[in-house]
This record gives sequence, C-alpha cells and structure tokens, in this order.
Amino acid sequence: MSYRAPSSDATIQVRGLSKRYEVASERAGLLSEAIVSRLRHPLRGRQESFWALQDVNLEVGPGEVLGVIGKNGAGKSTLLKVMSRITEPTSGEVELRGRLGSLLEVGTGFHPELTGRENVFLNGAILGMRKPEIERQFDEIVDFAGIDRFLDTPVKRYSSGMYVRLAFAVAAHLSSEILVVDEVLAVGDIEFQKKCLGKMQSVASKAGRTVVFVSHNVNAVRDLCTRGVVLDAGRVVHDGDTVEALHRYVDLHQHRSTSPGVFVLDDRTNADDHDGRLYLAKLVVDGPAGPTATLRTGRSAAFTIHSEGLADPDEVFTRFHVRNELNEIVLASDTRMAGPEAEVSGHVVTFDLDQLPLLPGRYFIDVGLGMKKTRVVLDQVASAGTFEVSRDDQYGADYQQYPQDGSIYLAPRWRQGAVAPTPPLTGG
Amino acid sequence: MTVSEEVAPSKRGQVFHLVIRPTGGWRSLDLREVWRYRGLLAAMTKRDITLRYRQTALGVIWVVLQPLLAAGILTFVFSNVVGFDSPGVPYIVFAYTGVLGYNAFASTLTFMSTCLVTNAGLVSKVYFPRIILPLSQIGSKLVDFAVGLGLYVVLNLAFGVGFHLSMLTLPLWMALAYGMALGLGLLTSAANVSYRDVGFIVPVVLPLILYLAPVAYPVEEVPDNLRAAYDLNPLVGMINGFRWCLLGRGGLELGGTVYAVVFTVLMIVGGTLYFRAHERRFADVI
Repeated sequence: MSYRAPSSDATIQVRGLSKRYEVASERAGLLSEAIVSRLRHPLRGRQESFWALQDVNLEVGPGEVLGVIGKNGAGKSTLLKVMSRITEPTSGEVELRGRLGSLLEVGTGFHPELTGRENVFLNGAILGMRKPEIERQFDEIVDFAGIDRFLDTPVKRYSSGMYVRLAFAVAAHLSSEILVVDEVLAVGDIEFQKKCLGKMQSVASKAGRTVVFVSHNVNAVRDLCTRGVVLDAGRVVHDGDTVEALHRYVDLHQHRSTSPGVFVLDDRTNADDHDGRLYLAKLVVDGPAGPTATLRTGRSAAFTIHSEGLADPDEVFTRFHVRNELNEIVLASDTRMAGPEAEVSGHVVTFDLDQLPLLPGRYFIDVGLGMKKTRVVLDQVASAGTFEVSRDDQYGADYQQYPQDGSIYLAPRWRQGAVAPTPPLTGG
Repeated sequence: MTVSEEVAPSKRGQVFHLVIRPTGGWRSLDLREVWRYRGLLAAMTKRDITLRYRQTALGVIWVVLQPLLAAGILTFVFSNVVGFDSPGVPYIVFAYTGVLGYNAFASTLTFMSTCLVTNAGLVSKVYFPRIILPLSQIGSKLVDFAVGLGLYVVLNLAFGVGFHLSMLTLPLWMALAYGMALGLGLLTSAANVSYRDVGFIVPVVLPLILYLAPVAYPVEEVPDNLRAAYDLNPLVGMINGFRWCLLGRGGLELGGTVYAVVFTVLMIVGGTLYFRAHERRFADVI
C-alpha cells in the first residue's frame, strides 16, 4: 500500500517547512516597558527562540484523511496554522491545490447576543463560505444541528450541547477541497461526534476531499484516518500506517527504563498537581522470575509502585490503569479497593496477580497518587511504563489471534457435542 | 503571506492554487484578497450594527444623547463661563457641528485601535486579511454618524440656521475624518497587538486632542502667535471643514484643508504599510 500520492496529484505539498518562535519578544507587553528596556539595554542581541516545526515534508493527495498526532508542543497546531495561513512559516513552503477550509476551534466568532440564524451566517462568512453558499445549505445546516425551534433565539440561551451542534453543523458544510481540523472533536456528545466524523468521512471518500485531522482522540484517528503522521519536537518521526503511528505516538510517551521492567519516573515536571512536587519515583513490572518487559497470559504478574517524600504515606492512595494499544483502559486498580483490613499504604505498594488476564499485545501503565480524604491528586504519570504480553499455551497450537479478540483473557471452558444431562458448573 | 496565487487550469477544471512562503519586508495592500473577503467584511459590519442597535430604543437614544450632551457641556463651559461668541449661529449648534466631526474621527479610531485584540480569537484561529477587522469598524460608526446628522437637521430647523450649498461637500469631510481614523487606526491596532498599553493610551489622549482643535471654540480665538503650532494638528482643518460645510459660514482655510488631506493620505499609506508588515506576527503574539 502506497501512502504517497504522486506529486502531480497532491492537493497539499509541504516542503522543508520550518517555523521559529522568538520566546521573549513573541508575547504582548507594554510599549512603556519596551521603551524602558530599550533605553537600559541598547545593545541587546538576539532573543531566545525555539523551533516549533523543523524541516517538515509531507504530500497529501485527494481523498486522503491524514491524522496528525504528537505530544503537546510537538508542532501539530503550528503545522495547521501555517497551512491555514494564520501564521507565516520561517522557511520552506506549503503548496495547496484547492480551497482550504480550516476548523481550529468550534464556533469561532459565534456571538452570544446574536441568534442562531445570525450566527450561522456570521460563522459561515468567517470560515470562508460565500453568502449564496450558506443560503443554499441553510436548511441542511439547521437540520443537521437539530435546533430549528431555537433558530431565532440568541445563542447565549442555548445549552452548551446545542451551541456545539450548531457550530459543528456550519463547519461540516464547508465545501472546500481541503479541510483542516484541530482537536475540535474533543467537545460535544458522543453521538454527535460520531455524526460529525461520519459526515467528514463521507465528504472525504465521495468528493475526493483532502482532510488533515489533529486529535488526541486516538480512537478517532484510528477510525477516521487513512494515514498517520507523528510529530515530535517539530519533526515528522513517522508517516504511514495509522496503527503504527499510534504505536510510535505511545512510544514517545515512554519513561526511562533502566533495565527491563524497571521504569524510573524522575525525568519530568509536575506543574498540574497539588504542590508540583514529584512523589512517584519508580514503577516495576514483575513476571514469575522478577522484573521483565514481557509477561505471559495466565501467568503471575506484579506491578510495584515506589513513591518518595510523602509526609504521611498512610493518608495516600495509589492507583494505576493499564491501557491497550488503542488507548482503551482495560484494567484499573486502586489501593482503596483492597478493603479496610488490607492496610495498603506506604512508600511501596505492589499489585499482585496470580493469573494475568490480558491477551497478547502491548500495554501501557498510568500511575497516580492521591489523598484518601480529599481526593486531591498529588502526582500522576501517564504511560509510566509498558510491557508486552506474549502468548502462552492456553490456545490450541493452530489458533491465530484476531484483532476482535479484545484484550481480556477469560480462561474459558468450552463444551460441545450432544446435549448431555446438565453437568455441575464447577469442578469440571 | 500569499506570494504566488493563481487560478491554474488542470484536468479537474479550474483549481485554486496557492503557495504559502515566508515573506519579508514591506508589503503592499493586497486589494484583490480584501475584495475576495468582502462577504466577511459585510458580515462583520452587520454584526456590529446589529449588536449596537439590538436594544433599539436604548441604542438610538444613547447615540443621539451623547453628542448632544457633549455639545451642551462645551457650550456651557466656552460660551457661558469663558464668554466666547459663535459667529452668526446659536453656540449649541456651533458646538454640535464640531462634536459631530470630532466624533466621526475619534469614536472610529477608539474602536479601531483595540479591534485586533478584542477579536483575538478570530485572529489566532481563522485566516482572513486582517485589515478586514479595522475596516469593519467603519460601518457601524457611519450609522452613528447618520443618526447624529439627523439630529443636526432637527437643530438646524429648530434654530433656523438654514441650508447651504456647502453641505454638498459633506462626503469630502467625512472621507477626511474616517480616512484619518483609518490611517491612525491601522497604526494603533497593529501596535496594540504587541504593546497592550496603546489600547489604553488612545482613549486617554483623544479627549485631550479635542481641546487642541476648534471643536468647542471658534478657531479665531486662538492667539496669532500660537497659530503655527496649533495648525500642526490635522484635526484643525478637518473640523473647520465640517463646520463650514454644515453651517455655510466661517472657518474654512485652504492651507489647513490641504494639510489635513496630505496628512490623511500619508497616514493611510504609512498605516497600511505598518499594518501589513506586522500582520504576519499577529497570530503569534496576540
């Protein structure tokens, strides 16, 4: 399968694209401050800068739905902003064949005092639609949003759901040949998100439209996109299959592994939680024979979480999630689940499993610490560690795993053949 | 930002073709691009007018009351307290014509100077020629002006001032007021993106400028030895013109008018160049 459209046909060609931001000067300040600082430091040299995009090359053809993923600050939004002409590149170029419509925010320019009808026309104009174009599709937009009864009500009286539906409905009717969408599917109810994804997908495949889609919603990327690009620190580190792209993306979230199964969590910052201190120190994944990177289905496994510097470890609970490759949580546990008699607390807690109930595949562990009484989060690390589950001998030798097998191993007992007198459920 | 943009023929028919590259230095105003976005300009103008006049009664009353109050207070201070005389018309009508011209300029400039920052969400999330934002301020101010002009007609009739041929020159003085506001508005709105105090300085300085132009008093009251310095204010020619146009007497000076026209043209050219040169950084800084 070839992911690259021939250059003559490409609707988007990105060549050697770089974007540098000046850290100090690229922010709004005061004229008076600027004058004073110029007087004080008349010879100040170059400001500090960082590269949001570095030598990005991409070609996207008609009908392709390109998913762009990466950590915060990897350059995803900058890429979309350069493509949408909101900001200029520092070097390189983007060539577009076809009108580009961009949707970087839901309901940009919506005004709370204006009615639904007025906002449809205003938002449409802001998104680059012409008035006849909006008029022609007006009924369809209202229908899609399902707000016809409230068309002449100011949108400040709308529920947030109605507001988002109306905003999406306008955007979904953009008829540009290229559509650029940023994270916007993170809002709105699930049903409506699916409807929007469906609409975007049908537009992409039927009309040969090119869609570039940035999202943290890994499932959306997997379901919607035909090709995945992973950005890291402004560079393209993967371009191709979406499932591989998702793997590559989770790899980027990895923490330092000193030896197989041992993950040290010190190289990070914790700006979001509580007092900003790092309490979580280490995560160890054990198999039957000690720390390991590979576990086996149905065999014993243990996850040990080490923390440091807790004033009163007995007041703290520890929690972890295990996620599969599709970013779905398949296991979760919490020291508070252990019951009052277990007294699980302290700086080192271990979660023991006699039989690991996970099917072969790759898994990721998130860990967190919180206060038992107040539920305040003290510290948390997403994708603190990873492990592989390999196949053991539970299956018949000729069984090939299906993607539809899910993640959970149930140790099933099958019976077949003639209907026998009801056997006992246990002890068979 | 657009360097090469053309409608290139291809096998799929007419296809919009655009190359986005870094640009450098000064750029002229891409009028074709602004024209392409005229629909947005219309929509933004309509938004502002709708919002301003939505609560119809209150909106219109305030638009009528503000210049009338201003003219009344200026009349009290300069006529009753200071004892200046207005040649041939009641002082309140004299002051009102000055306020009308001054407001056309000052209220437009005030809103323009902050228009990029108040619409920061649009600037950082959607592409359009940024000059649409300051331009879209003009429409609702023109509606305000029309309301103010309507009140002038009432005052004119009430005080028996009479109508004159000079009134036909009104578009020229309006062009001067709005052109001056646009030139300075382009400059200050772009500067306000990087330096937020510009947005505070403009509404503080503007009411002071009012006293440095013949809004509230006849230009003849300015001492001769200070006239040269006084005439440096381009508003002098513009306000005198408005008053001559509406009252049909006094005030018009050729030198001052020419100076105001030259100043306006220079400000529009300079403001556009400054705006276009800084436009490329708006989304990064705002």
